[in-house]
Amino acid sequence: MENRLKVLRAERSWSQQDLAEKLEVSRQSVNAIETGKYDPSLPLAFRIAELFNLAIEEIFVSPASRSSGAI
Amino acid sequence: MVARTQAWKRYNIRAIWLSLAYAAFLLPAVYGFKHQLIGGPAAYLVAVLPALPIIGIFAAIGRYLVEEQDEYVRMLMVRQTLWASGFTLSLATIWGFLDNFQLVGHIDGYWIVVVWYFGLGIGGLANKLTLGAAGC
Repeated sequence: MENRLKVLRAERSWSQQDLAEKLEVSRQSVNAIETGKYDPSLPLAFRIAELFNLAIEEIFVSPASRSSGAI
Repeated sequence: MVARTQAWKRYNIRAIWLSLAYAAFLLPAVYGFKHQLIGGPAAYLVAVLPALPIIGIFAAIGRYLVEEQDEYVRMLMVRQTLWASGFTLSLATIWGFLDNFQLVGHIDGYWIVVVWYFGLGIGGLANKLTLGAAGC
């Protein structure tokens, strides 16, 4: 799933390892989510959103919205 | 290679103890049967004992999947076990028919475990090729 995680992380000058530690997941998890190879569960998506103080849909792009050109 | 989590470390410790138990059960059993020291109902018990730690390792893998807190790492392991199971069942089915028609030799059933572990490696390779990380 397309997302803004890498941009949001870069804005805060966090490494993938920094973000992984804040989320209590492995660095590989952060990398997989950033590159769209893995879609996080809803609880993890909420943790990510709460960490950045954003709504989930402000970080993750809905595939339906993407295909319909809504975003 | 994926980060070694606490759950993975606990699995490794369990696997080491179970491997030691396997050796502790197998060696006396082999010696006992080879020298015809075991007979009667006890023979069944002694023959089955080495299988129990191996079953324990399967249980340890299941426990690892329950305890693993990193959902991505857990998913990689689930994919590996699915690959291993699919590979093993497929190979066992093919070999079973070849054996049935006497086209290949008979293989002892416990080799299925070795094939399953080899299948974990195939699963890791599949993870690496599709997701970029092999898993455990």
